[in-house]
Amino acid sequence: MSQEVALEGVTRRFGEFVAVRNVDLTIRAGEFFSFLGPSGCGKTTILRMISGFIEPTDGVVRIGGRDMRGIGPNKRPTALIFQNLALFPLMPVWQNVAFGLEVRGVGKAERRKRAEELLAIVELSASADKQVADLSGGQKQRVAIARALAVEPQVMLLDEPLSALDLKLRQHMRAELRRIQQRTGVTFIYITHDQGEALTMSDRVGVMSQGVLQQVGTPLEIYNDPATPFVASFVGEANVFAGTVAQTNGTMAHIETSSGTFKARVGRGARSGEAAMLFVRPEHMRLGDAASGTANHVTASFSHAEFEGNFVNVFCDGGLRKPMMAQTRSDPRLLGLAHGEALPMGFDAADAVILPQGDLARE
Amino acid sequence: MKYLLSRYGATLTGGMILATFVWLAGMVILPYLVMADFSLRPNLLPADLGSDKDHYTLDNYGTLFRNEIHFVVFLRTLWGSALATLLCLCVAYPVAYFLAMIATPAQAATMLLLLVIPFWINEILRTFAWFIILAYNGPLNGVLRLSGLISGPIRWLSGSWGVIAGMVYAYTVFMVFPVYNAILSLDRNQVEAARDLGAPLWRIHWRVVIPHAKPGITVGCILVFTAAAGSYIVPSILAAPGTRWFTEIIYQWFYEGQNWQQGSAYAFLLLVLCLAFVLGMMRLFRVGLSDIAR
Repeated sequence: MSQEVALEGVTRRFGEFVAVRNVDLTIRAGEFFSFLGPSGCGKTTILRMISGFIEPTDGVVRIGGRDMRGIGPNKRPTALIFQNLALFPLMPVWQNVAFGLEVRGVGKAERRKRAEELLAIVELSASADKQVADLSGGQKQRVAIARALAVEPQVMLLDEPLSALDLKLRQHMRAELRRIQQRTGVTFIYITHDQGEALTMSDRVGVMSQGVLQQVGTPLEIYNDPATPFVASFVGEANVFAGTVAQTNGTMAHIETSSGTFKARVGRGARSGEAAMLFVRPEHMRLGDAASGTANHVTASFSHAEFEGNFVNVFCDGGLRKPMMAQTRSDPRLLGLAHGEALPMGFDAADAVILPQGDLARE
Repeated sequence: MKYLLSRYGATLTGGMILATFVWLAGMVILPYLVMADFSLRPNLLPADLGSDKDHYTLDNYGTLFRNEIHFVVFLRTLWGSALATLLCLCVAYPVAYFLAMIATPAQAATMLLLLVIPFWINEILRTFAWFIILAYNGPLNGVLRLSGLISGPIRWLSGSWGVIAGMVYAYTVFMVFPVYNAILSLDRNQVEAARDLGAPLWRIHWRVVIPHAKPGITVGCILVFTAAAGSYIVPSILAAPGTRWFTEIIYQWFYEGQNWQQGSAYAFLLLVLCLAFVLGMMRLFRVGLSDIAR
């Protein structure tokens, strides 16, 4: 029912431009895997290579161990859900769902029956005879999923299918997709630039930037243990201190920055004496009295605060390129602070990571 | 209307509307009414005008069904125009699809230019070019004979085939543009989605592209059919003497027979044929007027 997808040294060039650079990756059978990255990072190119619409310039795509070179998209065991869904507007809903069966020569009565079963899975039983244009955004989404499931694909490919929906519906559809994936057991490969989608739904995430697969890991690993400055800054918010690694002792190190010397965990590839960057999540920044108990202290002055309801984002100037950000539970005292007021900040060594200097994600 | 009044004032607005009305009534409606009147009167000697014989009759329309030769020509026109339309569609559809979905912008521009350039040349010249190509000792027979495909020359210009060939050449463009326009608005992802779901090429066209292009195909068919059925130059040059076109008979009634009454009736019959085709196409493809106007 589901198969693994292996990318072996996959590279794709468009003229001089390298869209995907030497990607090695095995996506396990039955896994929900997301490619996460900004637009133009090559994630859609990877998806189109797996679905067969384009061939890799170098390297091999294998599905279930089978070399896919020279096999067209209509012959692969994959089904693609398009960003704009690409439903057929001139067919009623059930014919959309049954199109893949029609192609396979399934009789009309059987097609209708299968379409109704699939529509039941996506909770759209009542809409079989409706026109596509009469459906809401979320319903169209479900029709697209049912249409893709109809061909019993071993691998389902999803190209940012939720991006056109509004926030509430998007959150609902995340849970829905996850439920359908678990129920069908099909390998899902999901493309998104939205880290929320990638982190909430996926078993594993691959973060991409400029055609390079930066890191592959569980959402927890990606967030807590980023492999590169790009991943640290693209997934979630982070305060960045640039400096030089002073000394390392196994898992911990000191880094000298313009804001002072800090102690933190050693990330992948950070070596003493080399240029490096320290990353701390806003939710790990301690403010005021709480800062005194931490290993690292920063002198900062209050800039402004953003009230988000259950928490508040506090921005402080600390002589860095951009204001430092701390995220804490809503505290009325924080909103009463005056601009320029001194506000001690601090963070624990275990909550910060030092990585070799590299490109950050663009704001 | 209000906008016109406030912008141009009552006099100018009234003048413009009157001018439009006069133009429509005088140049379009009135000549048709006069022709309709002609077609319903018998062709009488001046002495008989105003006598008992001078009354409205459907006799002129009946002529077509009494005159076996004319009726055969009428059917040939219907059949030949329909065939030319079908052939135009077969030629134009792949071209239109290539232009709309596959060609790069530069390729599309070049190809459209190549399609249009022949139409800068007079229709008579273009048709005579086909006369030369299809001639008994013409280049087509020459090439076929040299390549060994035929042993002796073929008389292409006997029968209706020369006319059909000339019409397909002359009117394919009328098919290409509406179909091209229609396909242009098709979401490329739909083609890819169909392919991804396993559809072979023919099914993608049958189930996705052609249904989408239906209004364009209808418009193209109507344009080509009416142009073909109403064509005079192509059949008069390329038809064999025994295979006349209905327009030629109308021409004969007017100018050789000097029987305007009969000619008008035949002209109206041709109009009815074309209208029937238009309505039939719209019914067949389940396309409304508003779809066509898009």
